[in-house]
Amino acid sequence: MFAGLTDRTWLWFAAGFYLAGLLLGTLSLLRGQRQSNTRINVIIALGYLCQLIGLYARGRVVGGCPLGNTFEIFQFTAWSATTLYLVVGVTFRLSLLGYFTSCLAAVLTLVSLAIPAWDLTRRAKIFGGNPWIELHASLALFSYGVFALLALTALMLVLRHYSLKKKHLSGWFSFLPPIMDLDHISVRLLVTGVVMMTASLIGGTIYWARDPASVNSTKLLMTVAIWLAYAIALTLRLKGHLLAKRFAWTCLALFGAALLSLGPVDASRHSPALPAPDHVVPR
Amino acid sequence: MNSEAFFVLGANHHKTPLAVRERLSLSADAAATLAAQLTQLQGLREFTLLNTCNRVEFYGVAADPLAAQRVQAAFCSQQQVDPAEFEQIRLNLRGADAVRHLLEVAAGIDSQMIGETEIFGQVKDAYAAAQSRGHTGPVLNRVFQKAFQAAKHVRTHTAITEGQVSIANVAVDLAHTIFGDLSSTRILLLGAGDIGEKTAKAFQSRQAGSLTVASRRFERAMELATALHASAMPFEQRDARLSEYDVVVCATSAPGVVVTRDAAKAAIQKRPARPLFLIDLALPRDVEAGAADLQNVFLYNLDDLAKIAEENRAAREAELAKCRAMLAERADALWKHIEPRLAELKANHLG
Repeated sequence: MFAGLTDRTWLWFAAGFYLAGLLLGTLSLLRGQRQSNTRINVIIALGYLCQLIGLYARGRVVGGCPLGNTFEIFQFTAWSATTLYLVVGVTFRLSLLGYFTSCLAAVLTLVSLAIPAWDLTRRAKIFGGNPWIELHASLALFSYGVFALLALTALMLVLRHYSLKKKHLSGWFSFLPPIMDLDHISVRLLVTGVVMMTASLIGGTIYWARDPASVNSTKLLMTVAIWLAYAIALTLRLKGHLLAKRFAWTCLALFGAALLSLGPVDASRHSPALPAPDHVVPR
Repeated sequence: MNSEAFFVLGANHHKTPLAVRERLSLSADAAATLAAQLTQLQGLREFTLLNTCNRVEFYGVAADPLAAQRVQAAFCSQQQVDPAEFEQIRLNLRGADAVRHLLEVAAGIDSQMIGETEIFGQVKDAYAAAQSRGHTGPVLNRVFQKAFQAAKHVRTHTAITEGQVSIANVAVDLAHTIFGDLSSTRILLLGAGDIGEKTAKAFQSRQAGSLTVASRRFERAMELATALHASAMPFEQRDARLSEYDVVVCATSAPGVVVTRDAAKAAIQKRPARPLFLIDLALPRDVEAGAADLQNVFLYNLDDLAKIAEENRAAREAELAKCRAMLAERADALWKHIEPRLAELKANHLG
């Protein structure tokens, strides 16, 4: 509870703001109008604030960073992407990135809120009170947020390439940022995501080396595979072997894979081999 | 009638052919001489002369209804134009219509190239010149200031200036779409003809990084490079040095291909992370069409650019009604404000 409202209520408010950003942005594009950066930034910031309060309230209930079920993971990923947008988008003023961020955040938050089964079981103190494991987990999830934003800039890059190659430059294509700007920001996001995930994996490895039985092999394999795939993509990009449209498509495909991996990773924690977590009765 | 006290008199591209506009156009000396004459004109209290390649227009405030006719006579005499001939093509508006016309001119919607912004600067310069010489007064000062505000409002709140409508500027816009900031882009101009020069100038006006000119006649390339403060390159080196450039403007009159697909492929392989933008303004085409299939290479020919320019022009025309409505509203409000002042002026004159 925060200010008399449940965590889910705050998260519904956040989803409402993101949805408003999506709808207003779509309306502007359909009318062929340039979007107001200030308006979309204010809407996203309000959504972000509500989500922050919602996640904080949930964190207090579960006694740590709320990453205990699929609902919380989706919410945290959306929150991470929005955090990054509020830094990157406002700094680099990339046209339409705010709109795409609100679309992604709206989808992730609304889908997670609309499926009650994802939030039926709330596990408390999943990190056993160890702040380093909590940091490892939140860094890993935050890197997914970075990759989510990277997927958005990659999508914009694909659309920009398409519009220039096919010579469709009018309408809402005209609002897309220049190719080089999108490419630069995508590379920076990829570097940031890989660095954060690497730091998270190093932390996880130290913990795993001390107690190998505590980490499920499915989770380990999935996470390392995603990290490796992003690291390879970054290496190829920096060496000039993965460029332009192919680079953008790779980033999109990798984010799809990363999202799909969340399910098995989360499910692996329910494995009977693991000690039974504390349960919190859902409200 | 108070409307007689505010007038615009002149000729512009709507009704006056280019050959006649050439005869009506005032040189700087002729404009100064005429302005000196107008200051002595009976009944004319304030005036501004707008003299561009597409229009010669006098905006005046007169206490005497015959003042506009005297302005016309002075102008025709100065330019040695038959007044009867002038009356056939002249623009002659009074009162609120004249105010509305000025607002539309300043906003660029009365221009030959709808939505162009150069006219705004020209109107500002004309007003500044008149003001500095003491030719304007309270009425024209207010009308011109309001015209500038209205023009800015229309430009901000409509799409009248969006999208370029000339081939050269469309090419520069496309380069911006690819590279963003053009200050670090390197431009290669192949061919030293008129269209290539115009495009090169358009790039320079948008602060493009550097410009190199190559022409089949090296001395011609040197000449143009000097004029554009650029560097020249022997034409034969174009393939070997293609990778050094981000934008290649091809505008030669060569009968065959000047940039082959293989040359473009070799260039992009040397700098894979930076796109290569090929602008083919030549007829017959200079760039082998297959170059467009290469990854990170963007090829636009004359037809492509003309199509974009035409789409932009159509989009601007679609905004015209909206702009006119916005300006008419402001012109009416402005006229209501200045009309009592004009009535007072007239009363003083008669008194």
